[in-house]
Amino acid sequence: MDTPNGTGAADVASVTEELHAYLSGHLGRALGQDEDYFALGLVNSLFAIELVNFVEQRYGVEVTVDDLDLDHFRTLGRLRDFVLVKTAGRGAAA
Amino acid sequence: MNGTTAVDLTALGARFADAVRGDAAAWDARGELPAEVRREAAREGLLDADLPPRHGGLGATPAQLGEVCARLGGVCGSLRGLVTVQGMVGAALLRWGTAGQRERWLPALARGEVLAAFAATETEAGSDLAAVTTEVEPHGDAYTVTGGKRWITFGEIADVYLVLGRTGGADGTDGRPVVALVEADRPGVRCEPVRGQLGLRAAQVAHVRFDGVRVPSENLVAPPGFGLSHVVGTALDHGRFTVAWGCVGMAEACLGAAAEHAVRRTQGGVALAGHQQVRALLGRAAVDGRAARELCLRAARMRAAVDPDAVVETVAAKYAAARAATSVAGSAVQVMGAAGCAPDSLVGRCYRDAKVMEIIEGSAQVSELHIADHLLRAHGHGPARWRPEREGEPR
Repeated sequence: MDTPNGTGAADVASVTEELHAYLSGHLGRALGQDEDYFALGLVNSLFAIELVNFVEQRYGVEVTVDDLDLDHFRTLGRLRDFVLVKTAGRGAAA
Repeated sequence: MNGTTAVDLTALGARFADAVRGDAAAWDARGELPAEVRREAAREGLLDADLPPRHGGLGATPAQLGEVCARLGGVCGSLRGLVTVQGMVGAALLRWGTAGQRERWLPALARGEVLAAFAATETEAGSDLAAVTTEVEPHGDAYTVTGGKRWITFGEIADVYLVLGRTGGADGTDGRPVVALVEADRPGVRCEPVRGQLGLRAAQVAHVRFDGVRVPSENLVAPPGFGLSHVVGTALDHGRFTVAWGCVGMAEACLGAAAEHAVRRTQGGVALAGHQQVRALLGRAAVDGRAARELCLRAARMRAAVDPDAVVETVAAKYAAARAATSVAGSAVQVMGAAGCAPDSLVGRCYRDAKVMEIIEGSAQVSELHIADHLLRAHGHGPARWRPEREGEPR
């Protein structure tokens, strides 16, 4: 269930659950998979950096300029896919 | 941030601060930080000290960087301001620069060969940076930058500006926030020095105008759409942290000066320190200063752990430290009386500088909103009415 930093790929269910918990806690309400929290105005100007820090710290990945595509970050579903791809890449490299 | 640094940065910062302590009042009066001091600070590794060694820094931890800023801030807010702006641009490029941009700029910033300035504020865009109107328009494989930036710390002598603008109409895009590096020697850059402002008088503040300044596409930092939320967001986060620690240094320096004065100064046969009202002022000031330091240490620990809440904890530290510096400097001036009002008074200068710290890098009022927002969201309350088309960018 737990996915320690820096080891292997993350699994779908636990990533979904964690991201849901983090986003709901930080945006003040439960979020659907495809709800665009940026477009809905649920975020303040600090949130973009907080979210990047969360993904980096929780999943032990580095988010760089090459990852800066809002499509990765705007919904729970897309963020989950992004995390899975990043951690899978790391698992393969390890 | 590897935590192990060959040099003792706190001691280095303290030594540097001691060496220039006697000069800072004259810099303030002249409105200039001497070039030799900037060079010496860079030689000692005090600029961008937190960059990893592979990028030319000392790999300083947040706490080490903070102590440096406190030592420098206790002597000269403008000198600490140099560390702040150089650090903001360094942090933004470290995080969001391409490999090529990091290689080109970071070692030069750390060595002080390139002085960087942060150019975001405009006449109609202060706390609300989403309102910037500076245009960054594509022209073939280059961009042109047009707009006016205000209150740029070290804007007068900067070699390069990190400019926040919006994408222009030529490519049919929709005014997305974008950041470009603009070298000061490019045609179309005009700089108007500001003198006699309330505080940070040696920080060579300037208003800078960009008139169709052409920059190559490799000067764009991050794709359009991410200029404010990510690039400027990272710069401001770093800036708040070093400002916060600079304020701790101001509060501690002012408290020390006031206490020393209270002990030494005798009126009517009684030392000022014997008066209860003076002691009460000093007691309150001591607690304010210590509380600010603890909040800064807390922010430093969370930053070292890349805790996502480090962003808002840094806002809180900056808010508290700027308030403490303003309050303690005010009390110090009060205790010291005429000595605190004298032209070369440290506490008088801190009193002016500290007030500026309650305004820059997020005003006290905006900070309160962010802190409350964070608190309330954790209790299930949705956000305040952030305008989605602005705060919600990029789109």
